[in-house]
Amino acid sequence: MMDPSNNHHAVTLTVNGQTRTESLPPNLLLSEYLRDHLRLTGTHVGCDTSQCGACTVLVDGAAVKSCTVLVVQLPGTTIETVEGLGRPDQLHPVQEAFREAHALQCGFCTPGVLMTAVALLNGDPHPTDAEIRRGLDGIICRCTGYENIVAAVTRAGNGMAAAQEVG
Amino acid sequence: MTLGTFRYERPSSLDEAIRQAVEAPGARWLAGGMSLLPLMKMELAAPPALVDLAGVEDLVGVRERDDVLWVGAMTRHAELALHPLVARHASLLAAAASQVGDPQVRNRGTIGGSLAHADPAADLPAAVLALDATIQVASPRGRRGIPAGGFFLGPLMTALEPDEVIVAVTVPQRGARRQAYRKRPHPASGYAVVGIAASLRWEGDRVASAAVAVTGVADHAFRAQRTEALLTGEVLTDALLVEASGVVTDGQEVWGDLYASAEYRRHLAGVTTRQVLEHLRADG
Repeated sequence: MMDPSNNHHAVTLTVNGQTRTESLPPNLLLSEYLRDHLRLTGTHVGCDTSQCGACTVLVDGAAVKSCTVLVVQLPGTTIETVEGLGRPDQLHPVQEAFREAHALQCGFCTPGVLMTAVALLNGDPHPTDAEIRRGLDGIICRCTGYENIVAAVTRAGNGMAAAQEVG
Repeated sequence: MTLGTFRYERPSSLDEAIRQAVEAPGARWLAGGMSLLPLMKMELAAPPALVDLAGVEDLVGVRERDDVLWVGAMTRHAELALHPLVARHASLLAAAASQVGDPQVRNRGTIGGSLAHADPAADLPAAVLALDATIQVASPRGRRGIPAGGFFLGPLMTALEPDEVIVAVTVPQRGARRQAYRKRPHPASGYAVVGIAASLRWEGDRVASAAVAVTGVADHAFRAQRTEALLTGEVLTDALLVEASGVVTDGQEVWGDLYASAEYRRHLAGVTTRQVLEHLRADG
């Protein structure tokens, strides 16, 4: 019998292009759903208290900390995770720029930084350094000191804009 | 960190939401969840039920109604920061919303949620105080408006009854004012060590009326009444600017913590107020 205090809800979500409808308990966090149900473990959980931003994914194109949202809050939405960005043999321009600019060291926060950067650059492919720093305010990287991350986002924006012109 | 269990409701109308909350004693309203969900994760709150307001149409949108700006309670900070009507009629509210937390928080957090949570260092309480806004609420007993000046009672304490839900924030339209919000954020949390919201109406070079609100400094956001009284009707000279800024925390119990002593906060509040007033004097 269903626990009346943990009443499941049917939720339809599109994750990285695949649409599913599942009956899910309300206390399931989006981060848990992605990692434990879908095995999309590219989304990392760092602080688990909505400070560090490592768990950032896109919900209908907006950057959201997946450790601080319930899946049942998101019916009908489109979720994008780092697995949906690119493939090892075909990196997304932001991933390529992070590689070229050495914008990661341990890489733990990188999935969240990438998704935050993608949201930022989708809004404006040519942000200033100050706008990049403000846009990445919600992520914490304990390795790089951020200089290379800012350089990578600038480079990625140029790459995305060029790709759109070609494309 | 798995959350404990709770019942979840997702009503599609305000009446349904209010009824569901009545039927589940101890239920909490869920708006963006940027304050409530962290509290639940840290087990500082364990409500038996959440009534999610995200599907309630009555709480959505920003519009002009008669002589007020009507801001639905579920308006997210990111939308508030960019909305043309907010920019036109309540620019300091847009400025404050653009400085809440970080982009991810602004994409989820709402004005209703932030005001109901009433963090003593939150940005929006200062904004609604300086705008003489009214918090419009609904409950099984009907509707009422709570003036912002009587809404914030203490840390995380408001004039809301347990069964009341914020429907909207209304801002009166009373002609052109110069407005600003300036925050000295804690560099890690982004919360205001000091935040000053000010709205001045000018007649020539005189201040016809002044509203100055302060957050981050005391156990709840407040209006700086001595500062306002000194400014009202006066030409904003350099001497008055210094005098009025210097009394911005008068009558308040300024708090100190690990990040900023009471003495430092008092000083920073004065400096920040002076900067805001200088900006409003020069602006236009």
